[in-house]
Amino acid sequence: MKCETIKFKKQPRIIGAYSIVGPKEGQGNFKDYFDYIMKNDFFGEKTFEKAERKMIENAITGAIQKAKLKVSDINVLVAGDLLNQIISSSYAARAFNFPYLGVYGACSTMAESMAVASILVDGGYFENVVCCTASHFSTAERQYRFPLELGNQRPPASQWTVTGAGSCVLSLNGKGPRITMATFGKVIDWGITDVNNMGAAMAPSAMQTLLTHFENTKTTPDDYDLIATGDLGKLGSEILIDLMEDKGIKLGLNYADCGQMYFRRDQNTLCGGSGCGCSATVFTSYIMKKLQDGQYKRVLFMPTGALLSTTATQQGESVPGVCHAIVIESEEG
Amino acid sequence: MNENERVKAYNKYVNAKIPKTRPFPTLFNSFWVGGLICLIGQGINDLLLYLVPNLSEQAAWAYTLIILIFIAAFLTGIGVYDKLGKFAGGGTIVPITGFSNSITSPSIEYKSEGIIYGICVKMFTIAGPIIVFGVVSSAFVGLIYYIIGLFM
Repeated sequence: MKCETIKFKKQPRIIGAYSIVGPKEGQGNFKDYFDYIMKNDFFGEKTFEKAERKMIENAITGAIQKAKLKVSDINVLVAGDLLNQIISSSYAARAFNFPYLGVYGACSTMAESMAVASILVDGGYFENVVCCTASHFSTAERQYRFPLELGNQRPPASQWTVTGAGSCVLSLNGKGPRITMATFGKVIDWGITDVNNMGAAMAPSAMQTLLTHFENTKTTPDDYDLIATGDLGKLGSEILIDLMEDKGIKLGLNYADCGQMYFRRDQNTLCGGSGCGCSATVFTSYIMKKLQDGQYKRVLFMPTGALLSTTATQQGESVPGVCHAIVIESEEG
Repeated sequence: MNENERVKAYNKYVNAKIPKTRPFPTLFNSFWVGGLICLIGQGINDLLLYLVPNLSEQAAWAYTLIILIFIAAFLTGIGVYDKLGKFAGGGTIVPITGFSNSITSPSIEYKSEGIIYGICVKMFTIAGPIIVFGVVSSAFVGLIYYIIGLFM
């Protein structure tokens, strides 16, 4: 079968979810939904990298606890982050006694890890799988941009990497929202070379995945209570709406972008939040809560990722994007 | 539409849509803060000449620069200079204080990787090119000066 969309037969359930964010994020628009807000960006560690690692460890344990399971019940961990060689996830996995699959889809990692985990669970290969994704403003800044204390200005199209980790446990046993479908995205590059304009670089991949998803599942935007992209930001989500309109599909009020909604306007984040922690923490807090309450019946969660590296950019390469989509339906269905 | 045309059309569309930096407030803030830094520098210079009467003008300039570099490094260390830079942009980058900030900030940032591989290696990641261009262009100017000297 040649189709990018998977329809899960047994529909794995999200039986536990946990989010942990930094202090700035804790003052943003979703502040009432997060499970834990850190008091400072170091989280009691010596370096920001170690803090990110600890965030992942805590998010994983938190999600397992909320699923009312023990650490020994978990069969495998699927995790990823933004740092080179995804060290935060890999080093965090060192603390646990279960196998680990590292995934990288830049800011789309949460959907990618959940889709991979759903396949593992749905196929009956593993019973309980935990997914985790994190990013940290200070570690991302130093890897992709400039030192924190450098007195430079951020361009108006730039976004603010979210400090946060989100984790969830998927299983066939237990209660919770069901993952019913997943669409894996192609890597799309429309030649944007401006690394401060990730939204524009990623919007075409979101469009491609959306079109593919609608075509394969015979659904329209109206079939979903919420269509949430990850971190296209203000500019990127406007571009996506335009691109979809060109293709004859209108994205209405049920379309939202996690990054655009993340921070309050006076927090000076320009085009909004970004980073894989952005979509991960919004999903594991706000969207999960609304799904559990039954306020949302069907959500299309489709974070986008910009697959760049500083080396590729310095060699004059443009920024390719990828977008993975998963459909989550509330428990009653 | 082929690949090239689409890239062109999309880039054109994005460039029209991208939010622009507002020129007036940005330039205004950068001019007055930059000017203020220069004024402070001049003040320090005058004060030095006044306090130490037998100091040569050349030496006073050197001490002024050292003091300005120290102030900027100190402000970077306590986390003030980046906020100032965010507000004033070029006004805080162009004076020598910006140069000081560009060396101090990576030193602080990469402290976690140790003294040799962290601080010493990364110290010049931002200021390095400026130093290279400074040295190369001064060597070039020196060469021109020498050649002109041969015929004078």
